[in-house]
Amino acid sequence: MKFKGRILKGIIYIILSIGAIWSLMPFLWMLSTSFKTPAESIQFPPTWFPKTFTVQPYITVWTKIAFPRYIMVSVIVSIAVLIGVLITSLLAAYAFSWFNFKGRDTLFVGILSLMIVPIPVYVVPLFILVQRLGWIDTFQALIIPWTASVFGIFLLRQHMRTIPKDLFDAARIDGCSRLRFLFSIILPLIKPAVITISIFNIISSWNSFMWPLMVTNSDKMRPIQVGLAYFSQGESTNYPALMAASTIAILPLVILFFVAQRQIIESYSRSGLKE
Amino acid sequence: MRKFKEFIYPLILLSPALAILLIFKVFPIIYAFRLSFYDWGIAGERGFVGFLNYVYLFKDPFFWQSLWNTFMYALFAVPLGIIISLIIASLLNRGIRGLGFFRTAYFLPVITSIVAVSVVWKWLYNPQRGLFNYLLTLLGMSPLKWLEEPRGIFELLTGHSLPMLLKGPSLALFSLVLLSVWKSLGYNIVIFLAGLKNIPNVYYEAAKIDGAGPISTLFNVTLPLLSPTTFYVAIMTTITSFQVFAPVWLMTGPPPGGPLGTTSVIVYYLFQKGYEEYQVGYGSAIAFVFFILILIITVIQKTVLEKRVYYEV
Repeated sequence: MKFKGRILKGIIYIILSIGAIWSLMPFLWMLSTSFKTPAESIQFPPTWFPKTFTVQPYITVWTKIAFPRYIMVSVIVSIAVLIGVLITSLLAAYAFSWFNFKGRDTLFVGILSLMIVPIPVYVVPLFILVQRLGWIDTFQALIIPWTASVFGIFLLRQHMRTIPKDLFDAARIDGCSRLRFLFSIILPLIKPAVITISIFNIISSWNSFMWPLMVTNSDKMRPIQVGLAYFSQGESTNYPALMAASTIAILPLVILFFVAQRQIIESYSRSGLKE
Repeated sequence: MRKFKEFIYPLILLSPALAILLIFKVFPIIYAFRLSFYDWGIAGERGFVGFLNYVYLFKDPFFWQSLWNTFMYALFAVPLGIIISLIIASLLNRGIRGLGFFRTAYFLPVITSIVAVSVVWKWLYNPQRGLFNYLLTLLGMSPLKWLEEPRGIFELLTGHSLPMLLKGPSLALFSLVLLSVWKSLGYNIVIFLAGLKNIPNVYYEAAKIDGAGPISTLFNVTLPLLSPTTFYVAIMTTITSFQVFAPVWLMTGPPPGGPLGTTSVIVYYLFQKGYEEYQVGYGSAIAFVFFILILIITVIQKTVLEKRVYYEV
């Protein structure tokens, strides 16, 4: 019985390892290619590890292409969208959970129902709107339409509702204003929800593609994903440079992932357990 | 003064979110619906045309092809994604060592950008120099054309040409399915792990007392109790499958959607018509058909969840 159990354990580990190799292999291959010379990258059969190890592909991407600029655009957009989403969601969730006003619940359901409309449904009219506003190829186009999040409002409201109302009366007696109450008392209590929203927001801003592809047309306004996409079309055969560019494009989030892995996986895990 | 506190104050709090949502979401949604009844192309708006865009749409073979491709994509991506992630999640749930490492490895593709991942996979699929074909030759198999192969996967397996309904997705489309299964694996595993943790241990103990083996426990305890999670994953994967866009733009063709239009999916077709060709009215009609499909899936989810077809834990 013990022997049988060991065999079973062994099989489990083999299956899990095959899965892990399959998950990591594209990244390892990307890294391996990114340190090769162009000639070595197209050798067949290919080499598993670079025979002549070179960082030239990274230098090429960093100096000949506007990659530093793309990254800067993406960083600015991600931070600005995050700040916008946090402010608008906090205020709206506060109104929905701590105040009673006519039509509150109807309005909330109305906002929630927007969640089922996927972006492709309205992306063309949104583009026309942004074009008429004269925002094509500007930071406004990349940032402002995304500074409110239905999911953010929903999640923060759910968390704020669990805070006992007497807390407010106590704070009131101490002369605390409503806005100060939100930022100095409620905010620390709902920190996990704020972290979840921030994680989802940073990931989706950094990785967003279709919208920035539509509203940017100059190299200086392209976020990293769009920059990479155009680079991949222009340099479709310089594989080491392409792989170096891809590595650079995913590196910031991979670092974030290793730093905040527990929170990130928990956030995703909880997102599937809607009450 | 009381009135101010009760009505105006919350309204002020709501106004930033409401303004952004109304201008950049509600208005474009309504506008899209309106546009779908207008003749609006390169030449600008040319008036109300009623259902004409929809009539053209239903006669448009490229539209039907993109709809068919989208269905094929979902039909393969959803079950494949569920089966693989369910197997891995249930193995991870057996109290094995190194759970942290495995979870990290499986989850990494989830957070990486679809653009970078598409660029990397296009290189892996390269017919002459790609790693996949090298691995195939190591295994003694003949290399494949992957993203450049318009023939259906069942045609390739059987070696015969088959009618439309039987040939399955083109290998090119199936290559995109594989990418999507790979990318969403970690997310599905995490959701399944959470679902598995929610199954109380008493059920397993009861099954053990009744003398149930591992296979019988799987089919009579785990799978039925996990069905709400499985259903959730199925719906989410279907909805995301319907929205696939970036890999088509980045990996297929030129022109994207190739070879022979076998990877043109509905969101790509919508992007092509509404944005690239600036046929705004026509593109909006596509957008609304697409929206109705998403709506149907959501309604199915709602009704099934309300009926509670699963066993209450």
